[in-house]
Amino acid sequence: MRLIGYGFRRHATYWAAAAAGAFTNTVFGVLRAYVLIALWQARPGLGGYEVVDAVTFCFLTQAYIGPMQVFGGGLDLPQRIRTGDVALDLVRPASLQLWCLSEDLGRAAYLFVARSVPPALVGALLFGIVLPAGPATWAAFMVSFVLGVVVSFGWRYLVALATCWVIDDRGLSVLSTILTTFFSGLMLPLVIFPGWLGTLARSLPWAAMVQVPADVYLGKTSVAGALAFQTFWAAALLGAGALATAAARRKVVIQGG
Amino acid sequence: MIEVDRLGRTFKVRGTVVHAVRDLSFAVEAGEFVGCLGPNGAGKSTTIKMLTGILAPTSGRLRVAGLDPSRRRMALARMIGVVFGQRTTLWWDLPLKDSFELVRLLYKVDRRVFRRRLDELCSLLELGDFLATPVRQLSLGQRMRGDIAAALLHDPPILVLDEPTIGLDVVSKAGVRDFLRRLNAEHGTTILLTTHDLGDIEQLCRRVMLIDHGRLAFDGTVAGLRAVVPGEASIEEAVTHLYLSSRRSPRTHPHRPAPDPPSVTA
Repeated sequence: MRLIGYGFRRHATYWAAAAAGAFTNTVFGVLRAYVLIALWQARPGLGGYEVVDAVTFCFLTQAYIGPMQVFGGGLDLPQRIRTGDVALDLVRPASLQLWCLSEDLGRAAYLFVARSVPPALVGALLFGIVLPAGPATWAAFMVSFVLGVVVSFGWRYLVALATCWVIDDRGLSVLSTILTTFFSGLMLPLVIFPGWLGTLARSLPWAAMVQVPADVYLGKTSVAGALAFQTFWAAALLGAGALATAAARRKVVIQGG
Repeated sequence: MIEVDRLGRTFKVRGTVVHAVRDLSFAVEAGEFVGCLGPNGAGKSTTIKMLTGILAPTSGRLRVAGLDPSRRRMALARMIGVVFGQRTTLWWDLPLKDSFELVRLLYKVDRRVFRRRLDELCSLLELGDFLATPVRQLSLGQRMRGDIAAALLHDPPILVLDEPTIGLDVVSKAGVRDFLRRLNAEHGTTILLTTHDLGDIEQLCRRVMLIDHGRLAFDGTVAGLRAVVPGEASIEEAVTHLYLSSRRSPRTHPHRPAPDPPSVTA
């Protein structure tokens, strides 16, 4: 818990970066909103969304970019593995994974305030967005949001840890960013994808980061099913991360000195 | 306190097996102050990483405070303090005292014990002036003292330091040395340090070990080290002699005289 607080404060140091991020997320939100409005005016009711749902989806997902770190990164780990500083993290009497998770939750909490609220407010003022049906939906959304951050962490931790084997993480990060932006639903809502592609996209872990919390917010999905889906992927990715951490301990060449 | 028996660690680098440490045996008793020398790439840091449980050995037996480091990492963490001169455990963006508080939480140190210990370390290492400064704004000498304090907050009986004086100016170096000497003498902390600074060895260590090509090339007193070369040799001459002779000797290194790959350099 305390570590979450420190993660929050660490990232709060960089308020200018967060402000710039919030501004960018908002501007792109407006651009995306127009694209989605055009799409839904041409095909009303597409994927079960109306125009106002699509606009809400747009600003919600813009709001996720910071906390869910949709474009990847957010962890110090690849850098620490590359320079060898991770050696010291491995000396501590704590699980590397849980340690990183706590810090990441702090980061997400800060970015929620700094980078999620502004685009959502601007979207509400400019276009008008749907609000959750009631307190129960709000609560379900918050749980779903936190689970989304945990799934996002689970995935980013695996990508980060892969640095142990590939020497440099940049190629993997780019691949991860492409996978995440597309399959999370950030690029286009996953609900509009037809056939097997849609089914596949909606069952992969990335959907748990953006599409599922948005659907919970919009009330387009069964809350229990959505939370179960997210919990499953959170557990699966954290489990894989724990195994990978153990493997890394055995195999890894800690670089430099 | 430390028992090392026929310890070995190999790395696979692009298909070839590299022996970073081979057949290394030594023991360190409680209260000793041991310096560890060796050329770059000799296997010093790899040895330190095995002693601290970061790396698992590929062969041999290892006990630190009676524990097998790589298997009992969590228990071992409470028994040892670790300082890597070229790395930092401190949180870059936060004030120094926040890093200490995190260490306290991590090692579950009782608040009162922690306060007393921190006060003691602050006065010995003169940390008071920059406790509230974010770590990224500290000078190297200040940061190093901060790192040493962080490694000792849980009061470990063993302290392992990898190049603790690297890059420090004369005054900072003297400060660190003075502190380590007192810690060993007054507190009885067992200290093992690696260094390239022969001043560290001469001023601090009663015992010197020289590791080369992953093996023990010398183990004895500083006087014994000087006596390796005939006449009134300085410690520099003795160490140079040992480094060069092992490089020439085909017996100790049958494959190729090139140093270890960059991934395992000391």
